[in-house]
Amino acid sequence: MPANRFNAFTDYGIGIGLRIPHYAHIFEKKPIVDWFEIISENYMVDGGRPLATLDRILEQYRVVQHGVSMYFGSAERLNREHLRRLKTLVKRTKTPWLSDHLCWGSVDGTYSHDLLPMPYTFEAAKITARNIRDARDYLEVPIAVENVSSYAEFHMSEMTEWEFLNEVVERADCGILLDVNNIYVSSKNHDFDPYQYLNSVPAERVAQIHIAGHSKFQKYILDTHDHPVIDPVWKMYEHAIHRIGSTATLLEWDDKIPAFDEVHAEARKAERYIHAPALVAL
Amino acid sequence: MTLLEVQRRMAHAILQPLTGSDRIAPKTDAEFIKPNDRLSASERLEIYSRSYWFRVLDSLYDDFPGLRAVLGNRAFHRLSRAYLTECPSQSFTLRNLGSRLEDWLRLNPKFAGSRRALALDMARLEWAHIEAFDNAAEKVLGPEDLLELGPDFRAGLQPYIRLLALQYAVDDLRIQVNRASDERGAVSNAALKKQHRDMTKRLSSSKPEQIFLVVHRLDFTVYYRRIAAEEYRLLSALRDGQPIAKAIRRAFKDCSASTEEQQSMLEKWFTVWAELGWLCPPARRKQG
Repeated sequence: MPANRFNAFTDYGIGIGLRIPHYAHIFEKKPIVDWFEIISENYMVDGGRPLATLDRILEQYRVVQHGVSMYFGSAERLNREHLRRLKTLVKRTKTPWLSDHLCWGSVDGTYSHDLLPMPYTFEAAKITARNIRDARDYLEVPIAVENVSSYAEFHMSEMTEWEFLNEVVERADCGILLDVNNIYVSSKNHDFDPYQYLNSVPAERVAQIHIAGHSKFQKYILDTHDHPVIDPVWKMYEHAIHRIGSTATLLEWDDKIPAFDEVHAEARKAERYIHAPALVAL
Repeated sequence: MTLLEVQRRMAHAILQPLTGSDRIAPKTDAEFIKPNDRLSASERLEIYSRSYWFRVLDSLYDDFPGLRAVLGNRAFHRLSRAYLTECPSQSFTLRNLGSRLEDWLRLNPKFAGSRRALALDMARLEWAHIEAFDNAAEKVLGPEDLLELGPDFRAGLQPYIRLLALQYAVDDLRIQVNRASDERGAVSNAALKKQHRDMTKRLSSSKPEQIFLVVHRLDFTVYYRRIAAEEYRLLSALRDGQPIAKAIRRAFKDCSASTEEQQSMLEKWFTVWAELGWLCPPARRKQG
């Protein structure tokens, strides 16, 4: 299922995150990259170098927007100014789909700038789905929500994380950005079987996949995006591709960023798996 | 408990200041969080709280290197913690985190110690720098638009331009801080220590010196340009929407220069402004 209505029926292959330390290399060497994922908020400005740089990238590459602060899961309505700026950027990039996280991060007008975990309740699912629908209706672009890695769970939760994800995407009728590394990280932090999670994801809704590295501490794992992808995560990715089919895949590397070629080579390891036929009937 | 209630409780727990050893405050309300066999509920919240504080402190650290140099790292850290406790982010982007710093520092001068005026000037310059970097640019008024200026001619200033009247030459200090930062890593420890000594000496010997500054950008790079008081007043008047004749009168009020000298200055200024693309059509005023 390389293309579906949640990624605007595209078949984008393997991309990498567009990061400032790589700008010079990209403009000088013009490497062949299937697509770049940008952090929307970095370009939701009114002018200057960020937008000029983005325009140069758009001249040569396909770009997909990924957000970090829409906070679909916040109890309050989405920030209108945020949406207005995001829509301006959507028109500029012509992103075929847009993703943000299944999380919250602001309340009463104060922002944490973090991807905070949701309590898995029916009320939360209903509110989150409402916010996703509001965003999609305003932005007029398919939306995919990404499962986050988490370090805390709530007593008030009424279901598992994957049940919550399914509840939200069904109610919102939206896509999923399946972050395989996040499932791995959370499975270690919360002691669940990551394959049970993977097998519960509605394959027909997966618009994109994220892979990344993380950091292991004594009592928990932190989603740091500062290492290569570990083998257990590649195995989960392989399993996901078998279930879902070839799906646009993005390597995230956000800290201690190595040279462009190293990041690109890490991303291209996904080629070993991405074209495997789907084995599991939907 | 509703979603809104649990989010308020969690935000309160995460955003409260960390202890001196960067731990979550004892007795933090964590009852709504499940512990596991490795971490207590409070320890799980602490992961988020530390992440929040390190992120916002790092952001201010990066955005205000000049203020950091003026105050020293320890005092800057104390200031940052106090500021962020009272003025947490109210924007979806960390870019705006320092937008209230100058006003807050004016109300809380103890955090600047004996360098209050210098610190205020630096905070203002560094926020202007952020604004100049990525604020909007409007269509530039070119020389052809400025050929025949009638008395009622109005022009606007590019939205990215900031006009500053300062008591200290913080532009030089900021440039020196940038240079030192760029060279870090490329020089020996001995050279770094000398740089630090030079900077400290320069800061301690900073004397008040009224300057007028335009913080602007050219080819996507931010620059500081010092201007005369009359030029500052004229640009300010144009920015405020005054017609050119009135703006010029305001600029040269109490100026001892002759009419010929004033005309010469105006010619020179408009030429520079046109070259740098500072002037744009005036902002539309709201009707009614």
